[in-house]
Amino acid sequence: MSLFVQTLSFNYTKRSNILNDVSLSVAKGDVLCLLGPNGTGKTTLLRCILGILKINQGEIHIGGRAIRSLSARELAREVAYVPQATSTVFPYQVLDMVIMGRNPHLGLISTPSSRDEEIAREALTKTGILHLENCLFSEISGGERQLVLIARALAQQANLLILDEPTANLDFGNQARVLMIINDLARQGYSIFMTSHFPNQAFLVCNKVAIMNEGRILACGSPDEIITDSCLSDLYSSSIKVVSARILDKPHKEVKVCVPMLV
Amino acid sequence: MVVAIFFTSFLFGRYPVTPDKVMAILISKIISVPKSWTDTMETVVLQVRFPRIVAALMVGGALSVSGAAYQSVFKNPLVSPAILGVSAGAGFGAALGMILYLPWVAVQLLAFVFALLAVAISLFISKIIGGSSMIVLVLGGMVISAFFQALISIAKYIADPLDTLPAITFWLMGGLSKVSNNDVIFAILPITISIAVLYLLRWQVNVLTVGDEEAAALGVNINRIRLVVVLCATLMTAAAVSISGIIGWVGLLIPHMARMIIGPNFQLLLPVSLLMGSGYLLLVDNIGRSAGSVEIPLGILTSLIGAPFFIFLLSKAKKGWS
Repeated sequence: MSLFVQTLSFNYTKRSNILNDVSLSVAKGDVLCLLGPNGTGKTTLLRCILGILKINQGEIHIGGRAIRSLSARELAREVAYVPQATSTVFPYQVLDMVIMGRNPHLGLISTPSSRDEEIAREALTKTGILHLENCLFSEISGGERQLVLIARALAQQANLLILDEPTANLDFGNQARVLMIINDLARQGYSIFMTSHFPNQAFLVCNKVAIMNEGRILACGSPDEIITDSCLSDLYSSSIKVVSARILDKPHKEVKVCVPMLV
Repeated sequence: MVVAIFFTSFLFGRYPVTPDKVMAILISKIISVPKSWTDTMETVVLQVRFPRIVAALMVGGALSVSGAAYQSVFKNPLVSPAILGVSAGAGFGAALGMILYLPWVAVQLLAFVFALLAVAISLFISKIIGGSSMIVLVLGGMVISAFFQALISIAKYIADPLDTLPAITFWLMGGLSKVSNNDVIFAILPITISIAVLYLLRWQVNVLTVGDEEAAALGVNINRIRLVVVLCATLMTAAAVSISGIIGWVGLLIPHMARMIIGPNFQLLLPVSLLMGSGYLLLVDNIGRSAGSVEIPLGILTSLIGAPFFIFLLSKAKKGWS
């Protein structure tokens, strides 16, 4: 099991729990999508798994080991984080950004070697943006930045990838590009845990969905059985229908799509 | 380049010494050479100009590297070494020493101690209030700076207007005219150790600049690295300020110039800032002691030259600044 979270609870203050009794698991090759409204604790859960926040109760195991027994460096060799694409304060080159993914494999006082640079280039090739290696991270588009951050996570050579809303703020084409890469990575054996605000994406790339509301996991399972009209309508407090759409020029292929009902 | 400035610097000043004599005197310290110079020349070169030149290199380098380190750690290009109260603390320490008519060594020591004390209080404030939040740390530094500035004003107010007040004012303007070989020995250890530690951690500092959360996810122990970097940068700034007085702008300006030339990668930024800072301060100090009949305080010149030069650079190289 790549990621195993059991009865996790977390709070910032003693009064109320942000996360309550959260349990879920991600196996090798799984793509798990965590759906839930804003402010429900999705990002907090990611931060707990990344070891940035210390949990109050429960267990998190990554690659079979409890994360509380791992150092930051050891943990970063097991799990890589792809944040939402933002800009950096200082104008780094794309290749420099990706080489930073090699950090957990370096000693405290060592610097990246040409081998690390090579691994970073391979990661850029995998996400199809090697041609951007000398561009400045601050001057490329949002979609390209997301691909750079994915490449950095790949350079980290961790088996578990955690993506925080990987398609946020991307145009339609870039959303599709990122989802395709996620698909490829899962096929190569990476385990992927992502959050999203688009239930459609769960049908497109995920084999598992977890539904979260007010710090609790309400349901977890395959997209087809979890994502239903009533589940989504309750979760987002608005009327949502799951419809089956036929692709016009391929009559045998059907995709499920979620549509909000405005009236 | 820096080496060239280093050697030509020996030629500037009231007392003329020719290049060949300078070389001969310097070499004579390492291997014995037939004496072809006067004792006055030797004193001027070894006791007056040598410490001053080395001090300029050290102070310029230290301020620039600590500026680069602070900017990287705080992820803010507007941060200068003074942000946590180093300069204000040192200023008050020195002023206190002068009011009490302590010997010069004690004045420097007080400046050094109060510089470290000011930053220690800033760190302590952020520790008890905001955990690891950087904003609290910066605000704490501002408050401590303001507090020590007020203390400096009190010190000036009660100082003897005939001798102590001008001495305090002059110290606050910064300068290297009083530097002796002992000062150089005093400051060289904290400065070189700090630079060495920062150099060893250069890659970690680099990763830290992408943001706390991402750096933590990349396996950086952010709180520990940040603390070590702040301590090193503070230590060398305190050492530099205690022998030179307050020299503004260098710590803000040089890292920017270095970044415009070689980019933000701290692996390169550190050595380039060091060289540029050393060379820049030495050059400005040379101008200061040879431009007019009266020496112009170094702190004033660095700002006078630095400001327009910076604007010029900003308009020329806009590498990634939008």
